[in-house]
Amino acid sequence: MIVDFVLNGKRLRIDCDPGRRVVDYLREEAGLTGVKEGCGTGECGACTVLVDGVAKLSCLMLMAQLAGRELLTVEGLGSVESPHPIQAAFAGHGAVQCGFCTPGMVMAAAELLAADPDPSRETVRRAISGNLCRCTGYVKIVDAITAAAHGLNEARKDKD
Amino acid sequence: MSFQRQAPPGTGQDRSLIGRDIPRADALAKACGSERFAIDLYPEGLLWAGAKRAGVPHARINSLRLDAALRVPGVIDILTRADVPGSNRQGIVHKDQPVLCGSKVRHGGDPVALVLAETRQALESALVLIEMDLTPLPGVFDAASALAKGAPLVHEENEGGNILLHAVIAAGEGKKVLRRCPVRVRGSFIVPMQEHAFLETQNGVARLRPDGTLDMTVSTQAPFRDRFEIASALGLDPGRIRIRAPYLGGGFGGKDGATVQCLLALAALKAGGRPVKMVWEREESILAGYKRHAARLHYELGAGRDGRLAALTCRIYYDTGAYAHLGGEIMELGMEHAGGPYRIPNTHIEGFCVYTNNPVAGAFRGFGVAQTSFAIERMVDALAAKLDMDPLQLRLQNALRPGDLNCSGVRLEDEFGFAGCLEAIAGHPHWTGRGQWTKAARPFTRRGVGLACAANAMGYGRGLPDAAVAKLELTGQGRFRVYNAVADMGQGNAATFCQIAAEELGQELRDVELVQPDTLLCHPSGSSSASRTTYTFGNALIKACAAMRDKLFARAALFLLKDELAGLALLPGRVRDTQTGREVALTRMAAMLPRDDRVCVSEFLMPVVADPPATGRAFRLGFPHRFFSYAAHLCGVEVDELTGKVTLLRSLTAVEGGQVVNPQCFEQQVQGASAQGAGYALFEDFKVDQGRILAKDLSTYLIPTALDLPDLEVIAVAGDEPTGPHGLKGIGEVGLHGPLPAIASAVQMAVGAHLGEGPITPERAYAAAKRPRGKGGRK
Repeated sequence: MIVDFVLNGKRLRIDCDPGRRVVDYLREEAGLTGVKEGCGTGECGACTVLVDGVAKLSCLMLMAQLAGRELLTVEGLGSVESPHPIQAAFAGHGAVQCGFCTPGMVMAAAELLAADPDPSRETVRRAISGNLCRCTGYVKIVDAITAAAHGLNEARKDKD
Repeated sequence: MSFQRQAPPGTGQDRSLIGRDIPRADALAKACGSERFAIDLYPEGLLWAGAKRAGVPHARINSLRLDAALRVPGVIDILTRADVPGSNRQGIVHKDQPVLCGSKVRHGGDPVALVLAETRQALESALVLIEMDLTPLPGVFDAASALAKGAPLVHEENEGGNILLHAVIAAGEGKKVLRRCPVRVRGSFIVPMQEHAFLETQNGVARLRPDGTLDMTVSTQAPFRDRFEIASALGLDPGRIRIRAPYLGGGFGGKDGATVQCLLALAALKAGGRPVKMVWEREESILAGYKRHAARLHYELGAGRDGRLAALTCRIYYDTGAYAHLGGEIMELGMEHAGGPYRIPNTHIEGFCVYTNNPVAGAFRGFGVAQTSFAIERMVDALAAKLDMDPLQLRLQNALRPGDLNCSGVRLEDEFGFAGCLEAIAGHPHWTGRGQWTKAARPFTRRGVGLACAANAMGYGRGLPDAAVAKLELTGQGRFRVYNAVADMGQGNAATFCQIAAEELGQELRDVELVQPDTLLCHPSGSSSASRTTYTFGNALIKACAAMRDKLFARAALFLLKDELAGLALLPGRVRDTQTGREVALTRMAAMLPRDDRVCVSEFLMPVVADPPATGRAFRLGFPHRFFSYAAHLCGVEVDELTGKVTLLRSLTAVEGGQVVNPQCFEQQVQGASAQGAGYALFEDFKVDQGRILAKDLSTYLIPTALDLPDLEVIAVAGDEPTGPHGLKGIGEVGLHGPLPAIASAVQMAVGAHLGEGPITPERAYAAAKRPRGKGGRK
């Protein structure tokens, strides 16, 4: 089946098995191994990506569902050379330990901050409650997302 | 947090890197998704390997029918016991765990066949089509039935029947003094298994190179030991096995010891030189992975009427499941901590580590100490209630202090600050204001505040040298490369090594680079475990840095035409003669020096207890320990009267672990341990019925989410360990032990009933609240 979609800003038209899991395509075909798989059954959130700006679990999506969509992975959000403010905040605030949940957390945070530029800690906690982390106890993740929100707000003010 | 200190002399730095919040070197690449974990490797032309698991807890294997599975297109081969060269036995101390089971299976996760296939789909299809002809055997599913006369044997050849290890630690005259104690409390406690639930499941890739080297990249905590385990099990030369250990997506002990290693190596031997990948799916990870030991503990604690602890006797039973792993050593550490961080002069601590047909128990952060911490802390609470004493004051009165004997009869010669942890809690508003806070409970809820303490040993203990060898290179580009030889499973030791090297060498952090553990490039430095990683390797690294500094001064003298080395300083990117102001760039020196001359290798061996007590004779290695970190933990909970649901509203941990090298990393470790401890206390009900796991995935085995935990608060209590790198002790584990007993204590305060079994599920809390009052505390 031919599927047209946008991946990290790049328009793609590929011939694929429509029943293939999106996480497998991203990791094994597209080389985007920042998308992690922790359970394969939608329980852990490590494979979270944004589909048209909405956080989705790529282990529960099939290739056919990508038709006409815009897909963003953690690699598309920013890079070590040019990190997104959320990624920089995760690194700066100690929100990363083993780092396996981090890409999914970052994407969940990106969805949140696009909708709510000034979330309370409680709101942040709710937004990442579908993403399991076994290392941090979440405190520094909440710190990082809150700090990223403030940073993004300051950047917006500067532009005004 | 910040602890400013002087930079080391001769580095020319005006500001020390030690004691500062330094963002971890690995953090940004992980946040951007560019760090490659073992699971992210998909070598060209790879084959997939997977194990057929028994699915029944105890059975005789009559035969396997492979023909249907072999007919699946894309299946290359299916291996069974007959295909395993070597001993077919894995195990760190006791080699009792088959790579592939041939005659019988001892737990549901035992592998009986190994499939090698072109695709994952072919692998999955073949695994389903393997038919096993098994004769079920009666099993044993808890320590009591395993010890019963005539019980079915898990390992028929084991001399002790189902007993892996029976041991006693005694100090003074525990039983005798206890009988004479005017005040005694008694209790029995039960804790379940706990699942590591690291997010990156067990996995690796392996390839047999044309020169005969088995080249493996594995998510492992012990790459150096893995070589010997694989070699022994498969009859190979350990010198021909190369293991690389990139950053792990979590470990917590569950990747210490063989997971995929031997199966993967076996598959690679049969893959005709093609790379092989093995990834355990989540359910397989839970089925076949190691667990924290389920335990039953029977305690009796005696004291004077003034609250002074006098005697402890206990009998503890650890269920090690089907195989030993480190069961005996884990129970040893639990027993060594059975008296908690208290001065109890007379003890008799007896332990049985028992085989059952349950999932295999092994290393898990805290290594046996979580279980005994629960028991002793509940006993101290019971004693405080009986004496009508303040539980914090009772603990402070009996707190171990430098120079005391601990419950194993080991004199604590080193400085430490456990009492400081208690004092930090005692002065905190969460403690002083607890009365008012508990009264502010919402309608239909009750609040309680509980306290618990813990010690956690650092290092392997006597009899197993705890050593590390650090290699440091001045690269051809004039930067410094640290060959990290202890896997970083997420705790941040690798980044701390960069920080230490930059500090010692007077360089910018960005000019220090890392090589992750690789048995070809690095030197054997032990496992990532036992709160030892940063202490042992960090010390070796400091010595390597000093050697490097001396070497660079000696070589710089040539460039700077100096007759003696006085007055030279190592500055970022250069060596400076402070007397003349002349400098030579490290890039220039690096270009002139042969590679062998740009490398320094130094080692460190952890000191041990000089004069061990004459007890614990059954322990072959790892007893006793010399260094400990300490913690005091406060929890504030709200219990829903209608449902029994316990919500953790406050968590405060005070930890003494020597000096703090990086406050951010320190908080990370304590918060992470508190969170796992809170999971152990409230949610993680590893239900097993007759050897079958009921909590088989992450929707039934619940680990805490962001909504289940409050902001976990951390206090670093001042300390200094003179033998540690920059005064540090390991603190990766000590924060785990407090939550279960502290939450049990808080719930008891809220509902007025004793809780002796974890986790404290809504059902247990509800039942406790409904029990008639006055019967709790002492059974």
